[in-house]
Amino acid sequence: MNNEQNKYDKSFEQCVKCTICTVYCPVAAVNAEYPGPKQAGPDGERYRLKNRSFYDDSLDYCLNCKRCEVACPSNVKIGDIILSARLKYSRKQPKLRDKMLANTDFMGSLATTFAPLVNSTLRLEPVKRIMDKTLAIDHHRTFPAYSGQKFESWFRKTARKQQTAYDRCVSYFHGCYVNYNYPKQGQDFVKVMNAIGYGVQLLEKERCCGVALISNRMEAQARKQAEINMASIRAAVQADMPVLTTSSTCTFTMRDEYPHILQVDNADVREKIMLATKFIFELVDSGKVKLAFREDYRKRIAYHTPCHMEKLGWSIYSTSLLRMIPGVDFVMLDSQCCGIAGTYGFKSENYAYSQKIGEPLFNQIKSTEVDMVATDCETCKWQIEMSTGVVVENPISILADALDVEQTRKLNNINI
Amino acid sequence: MGVKLNNHYDVIVIGGGITGAGTARDCAMRGLKTLLVERSDLTNGATGRNHGLLHSGARYAVTDQGSATECVQENMILRKIARHCVEQTDGLFITLPEDDLSFQSTFIDACTRAGIRTEAIDPKEALRLEPSVNPQLTGAVRVPDGSVDPFRLTTANALDARMHGADILTYHEVIGFIKDGKRVVGVKLRNNQTKSELEAYASITVNAGGIWGHRIAEMAGAVVNMFPAKGALLIFGHRVNNMVVNRCRKPADADILVPGDTISLIGTTSSRVPYDEIDDMQVTPDEVNLLLREGQKLAPSLAYTRILRAYSGVRPLVAADNDVSGRNISRGIVCLDHETRDDIPGFITITGGKLMTYRLMAEQATDLVCQKLNIDKRCHTAEICLPGSTYDEEQVGDKQKPRTTIGMRAAAGRHGSMSSKISAESRYDRSLVCECEAVSIGEVDYAIKELRVQNLINLRRRTRVGMGTCQGELCACRAAGLLGKANGCVERAQTDLADFLNERWRGMYPVAWGDSLCETQFTSWVYEGVCGLDAPSQK
Repeated sequence: MNNEQNKYDKSFEQCVKCTICTVYCPVAAVNAEYPGPKQAGPDGERYRLKNRSFYDDSLDYCLNCKRCEVACPSNVKIGDIILSARLKYSRKQPKLRDKMLANTDFMGSLATTFAPLVNSTLRLEPVKRIMDKTLAIDHHRTFPAYSGQKFESWFRKTARKQQTAYDRCVSYFHGCYVNYNYPKQGQDFVKVMNAIGYGVQLLEKERCCGVALISNRMEAQARKQAEINMASIRAAVQADMPVLTTSSTCTFTMRDEYPHILQVDNADVREKIMLATKFIFELVDSGKVKLAFREDYRKRIAYHTPCHMEKLGWSIYSTSLLRMIPGVDFVMLDSQCCGIAGTYGFKSENYAYSQKIGEPLFNQIKSTEVDMVATDCETCKWQIEMSTGVVVENPISILADALDVEQTRKLNNINI
Repeated sequence: MGVKLNNHYDVIVIGGGITGAGTARDCAMRGLKTLLVERSDLTNGATGRNHGLLHSGARYAVTDQGSATECVQENMILRKIARHCVEQTDGLFITLPEDDLSFQSTFIDACTRAGIRTEAIDPKEALRLEPSVNPQLTGAVRVPDGSVDPFRLTTANALDARMHGADILTYHEVIGFIKDGKRVVGVKLRNNQTKSELEAYASITVNAGGIWGHRIAEMAGAVVNMFPAKGALLIFGHRVNNMVVNRCRKPADADILVPGDTISLIGTTSSRVPYDEIDDMQVTPDEVNLLLREGQKLAPSLAYTRILRAYSGVRPLVAADNDVSGRNISRGIVCLDHETRDDIPGFITITGGKLMTYRLMAEQATDLVCQKLNIDKRCHTAEICLPGSTYDEEQVGDKQKPRTTIGMRAAAGRHGSMSSKISAESRYDRSLVCECEAVSIGEVDYAIKELRVQNLINLRRRTRVGMGTCQGELCACRAAGLLGKANGCVERAQTDLADFLNERWRGMYPVAWGDSLCETQFTSWVYEGVCGLDAPSQK
């Protein structure tokens, strides 16, 4: 492909109109207002090329789950076409609400400073009602609690020093959720990596991957953050460190949305950006690392495949690791969208659809009677916890919990 | 149809192309009792097989000042009276490194003399205006070219003729003339659907049969020397360009790229064909290669853009009288009074000309008809808007609710103000028959009722059903179902469906590779494999 072809994705021309994408679309199944990925994507694109006034605001109903792209037998970038059209043609400006939801770094830094106050305030029913009325953030939702201490602060104070003792290191892109809401997941990651003999370092500069900025049409800011992240990622890769993550959506965004949607080139380092579970599984699978687990660990765990994990095709790594834990009674859930799609489900206009999309998944989880659900995406976690009451953990946290650290270090000859 | 053929008409117009439809409209508007006969569907001939270019006349300015002036005048008229058929895109005449840049000033001078507005622009500005254009261009001139949908234009003329009292008989072929002495007093017709024969009488008969006018004249006993010139074109799957792109040089092959509705067209070739082949035109591999090779020079992205179809039409070029060799061919309008020319009273031939000048051709023919009938009525076709263009598109947009469907917006583009007759009340009405071209059930129903659609080919030409990238894969059976319901005959709908899909394949065959071939294969699985539709040849 030459540059000119790259500039304008013409994959919509490969569409043979088989309509399989629409069959797999979680939104089209519950919302008659949404024309479905075929009509919103390749069909609509021809009309938008004729005249931009054919852009339809119903494209905002798209979750950007990319399940249409997974289903497509003709390799049409349906989700990308729809998302790009929203960025290019929509005349709507992001609302205050959209800016608040999308600016995870700004809101997170603010909130962690006043965490106890913010957390208790955001849980008050009258506050939720007011937010629904004034900002159209649905009152059913509860914001994930903010942590009093950022992961980055914890890492600098507590963990950074001993990481230099390891001769092999990985770089960790922790993401906003770990940093502002749930540092424990990051701590679990450090615990696991250290146990198998890898030191952990943070990127020089990490910004939110920008997924929420993209879906809320704040393209310029997303591109700026993407460029900052790519510079740091390049520096890490040059220092021979792969960049590991514990969030499927951040990973997917940096690998695929950066070049496809933001035109931020990442070809030189893309293969070095990956989920920690993929990295660890490949080490174990190739015999380079051995894992030992606690004998008293007993749990029935169901795995939910986040949409972007489905698109990455990587749930096999997370599930294979979970299956290695002798005490885990593993259940594989059907791969279907939970309905939240990041900030999408927080918006009042989407809440009902969001829950309807997730309903089959919630029912399956409820009827499976598990101790917990494992998944690689934090927003799926919020959605499933809210909608089923079942605890959800990241596979890395489960691994950290089940791991016999001493034994593992011994097996791998780690003497640090 | 309810046509009382024992009625005596003032005028019979032969030929349902743009010239015939335009002439029927003009005659009917001047109060003449008019019958339009067409052996197939409206727009079946050259009218439906060209670029759909709203010529500014610039293309002819250097070689044919007369045609250029006619073009630009008619261009301005069509922008007013047929605005729902016209897209005011403007056009560029680009100079490429292999062309002589000094031709540009000759070109601009000639345009100015013909009254065509031109503006020489910087190559960079040209690229900004039209990003698809070859970035190596060395010069560009902006002219008031545009695109015109010949199907819509013909439909609107026929519709207006009918609204002014004209009768229209499609699928009725003239098989002979009825004469009273030397005078033509009527025509013998064969209904090509039922094979029954009938007669129609009129004071004047106008031959507007395009290239087929040669044979029609022959039947009446006159000789009109026509030289069929085949022109092939390619249709691309989406809008590559939003302005017409021409080469700034003497007219040659494949040097016009026109945006038309959702697609772009490159054309044409030009080759003489024997008269006996005009009913069976095939696009050859050489023509496809030539179109692609030359087309890429205008817009490099054509090299990797999906091609939907190839098709060809036959230009009705007329040799001047007493020029049997055909060297002195006119591209201007030819209006023949066979009474003075061949001693055949009651018979007129209107031919030559171009899509762009159809209205003027109709005016000249109708003037002659009126003169023969001693009727003193002025032509008003240049002032009175066609049905669909009675208010402008912006107003259509304003009147729509903010949240209209793509189908409703697309239909407003196709039918202009007439789209208010398309029902969009229920979800059923709004749901799409043709997803590529956004044609709703409501629009199909409108076309069946108001535009007299009988079969899928009629429907395609009136609405664009089946003209999109799937070429009938999804829409054809849905539309056949609606037609079957309307006509009350399932078997007819099945045959129609098979015929339609084969007609689509005919245009895809010369360019059947890549994505288009995949799609065709999928279509044949769906229809032959899943639906069990037989090829019509087996029937």
